[in-house]
Amino acid sequence: MAEIRNYTMNFGPQHPAAHGVLRLVLELDGEVIERADPHIGLLHRATEKLAEHKTFIQSLPYMDRLDYVSMMSNEHAYVMAIEKLMGITVPERAQYIRVLFDELTRILNHLLWLGAHALDIGAMTVFLYAFREREDLMDVYEAVSGARMHAAYYRPGGVYRDLPDTMPQYQASKIHNAAAIRDMNTNRQGSVLDFIEDFARRFPTYVDEYETLLTDNRIWKQRTVGIGVVSPERALALGFSGPMLRGSGIEWDLRRKQPYEVYDRMEFDIPVGVNGDCYDRYLVRMEEMRQSNRIVKQCVDWLRKNPGPVITDNHKVAPPSRVDMKQNMEELIHHFKLFTEGMHVPEGEAYAAVEHPKGEFGIYLVSDGANKPYRLKIRAPGYPHLAALDEMVRGHMIADVVAIIGTQDIVFGEIDR
Amino acid sequence: MEFLQNLFGFTWPVVWSLAKIVAIVGPLMIAVAYLTYAERKVIGYMQVRIGPNRVGFKGLLQPIADGLKLMMKEIIIPSGSNKFLFVLAPVLTIAPALAAWAVIPFTPELVLANVDAGLLYIMAITSMGVYGVIIAGWASNSKYAFLGSLRSAAQIVSYEIAMGFALVGVLMASQSLNLIDIVKGQAGGVFSWYWLPLFPMFIVYLIAGVAETNRAPFDVAEGESEIVAGFHVEYSGMAFAVFFLAEYANMILIATLVALMFLGGWNPLFDIAPFTWIPAFVWLMLKVGFVLFLFLWFRATFPRYRYDQIMRLGWKVFIPVTLIWLLFVGGMMQTRYGYLFH
Repeated sequence: MAEIRNYTMNFGPQHPAAHGVLRLVLELDGEVIERADPHIGLLHRATEKLAEHKTFIQSLPYMDRLDYVSMMSNEHAYVMAIEKLMGITVPERAQYIRVLFDELTRILNHLLWLGAHALDIGAMTVFLYAFREREDLMDVYEAVSGARMHAAYYRPGGVYRDLPDTMPQYQASKIHNAAAIRDMNTNRQGSVLDFIEDFARRFPTYVDEYETLLTDNRIWKQRTVGIGVVSPERALALGFSGPMLRGSGIEWDLRRKQPYEVYDRMEFDIPVGVNGDCYDRYLVRMEEMRQSNRIVKQCVDWLRKNPGPVITDNHKVAPPSRVDMKQNMEELIHHFKLFTEGMHVPEGEAYAAVEHPKGEFGIYLVSDGANKPYRLKIRAPGYPHLAALDEMVRGHMIADVVAIIGTQDIVFGEIDR
Repeated sequence: MEFLQNLFGFTWPVVWSLAKIVAIVGPLMIAVAYLTYAERKVIGYMQVRIGPNRVGFKGLLQPIADGLKLMMKEIIIPSGSNKFLFVLAPVLTIAPALAAWAVIPFTPELVLANVDAGLLYIMAITSMGVYGVIIAGWASNSKYAFLGSLRSAAQIVSYEIAMGFALVGVLMASQSLNLIDIVKGQAGGVFSWYWLPLFPMFIVYLIAGVAETNRAPFDVAEGESEIVAGFHVEYSGMAFAVFFLAEYANMILIATLVALMFLGGWNPLFDIAPFTWIPAFVWLMLKVGFVLFLFLWFRATFPRYRYDQIMRLGWKVFIPVTLIWLLFVGGMMQTRYGYLFH
């Protein structure tokens, strides 16, 4: 009798569905997966080690580059860890701005996830629709920070600056004439808050559009229902968090369970799944986008009514204003010290975690009192999710591997860090 | 004509046939080129973007530019491959895609070969295309390509049967295997076309046609996000272009067959004055264009089926549906309502 061998296939790192640089060694019996062995490290950039050699402020932009689709959420965990160690209180307005941008970031992340997930399963139109909305949100990022992706907007003690009063507008070009530009700029006449409010008003209809294409689509359901089922017990045991855990039916959300910033004042619901399959996780994330939109609206309302400072006045942490610096010797010294030596964080250790769009994103910080962290450890939500890939795909087919990679919403920036 | 006949002497029949073949293949190739352009434009507008608009007026020269680019590129033959089969595979794919056009009538008079068993010929020729795919996947010596060709083989085998039964329905309704007679049997307005009495067959044939040409949502053989490009992952340059041409030529072929067998061919929408002024050929092209638009629309809308789900759909849905409808049509033809099914 002929000897039957399993087929071993190298899936990635150069693969359209590898979401970056995932290398997966698949052992196949026909098309059925016997074993999946994820290999990581191809995007390792030593963020944790680099942070040990940089001042606290200098490490902040590295956080953007961890999970490069939810930039501000990463920054948030980092600045929260520093604030916790230093015991700084953040002005209320800054807290609202942070919540606002955390939720915009969640929408940004989930839009990319939705597009990529649908594209992996073969529905390519959703991808372009999702990117249309992402474009608006990236413009918001650009308006407040100057960068479309790697914002570096949060600071220990607040945010870099208040929301600007104008929204950047399109300029006429060879491709768009003046009339087209006028159309494109109609919702950009007011402040950034006006633009965000307009976006929040439009966004639910967009989500409806995506759902029309996918939610009740028979093919979509055949491809996601019953695929990659994780029981609630296993989800807990595997260290899942975020939509992966909630998709399995466990109501765990740091925004509710360990409220930070002003989440305890926000009204929102936490969607949970029932069966723990790809379809439930899809529904959970779609609903999360709607809930995030609710939070965005509440933040915009509050921010309109309550002007105020957006960064702490403790000048050991945050720089003084330019005007004060030019007139006042003490402020000048503060400025000089802060931008040369940086801040000193008292000795100790702290763990701060945020409900990142992908799950619990935590920063564990050990300080020896110097101007650099002694040790920085990043808890990336994608890491335990990817570790469970083998368990999730076993017995499924190749096409399902792609669906499961999609549903895990993994980004290698944070897994390989 | 006489002069030419004398000029070529006894070789005249060959020359004349060749001229006719060129007259079909030439426009077909242009149609293929502009189908890719139409696809990019149509899907572009469905996806809130504008598609190619840089090369030539409104991007109209884009397909030409693409073709030139592919011609310039090197054909890389993988070191572990079977060179002979590797080169043969694209030829085996495009040959049936072109050969099938021999019996396709464009108007009641305009046809290369008016054979009586046209339908059988089509069935036989279109089934050949899969050999090119299987050989391409096997000869590439690549695991992705091999998986793609296995999927393609299984898929075509299952859908061929359903398609065959759908064609049997047409045969029963028209009582002819000749494509011209089939269209003539549908003379009259939209309600005398065969899509109505053979509605389940029409749907099955349309969907099986999408599957047969490996188009979304049945494009598992090349499933972009799973097995990258499937059977033609190792092909480049003109060898790849030939696969591409074959896929689109097959799409046009299937669309033409749907138009001929179920949508009344060149018969006008209604058999009254303004509609009958439009020439027969234009009617046929309109219908082909409509079916092709459906192909593009599907691609922009649906997620991709999983390979086993395609098989299930083929064996457990399409084959029973066509079989039952065949029995039903056959039974009804024996009753006094039989005229409804002719």
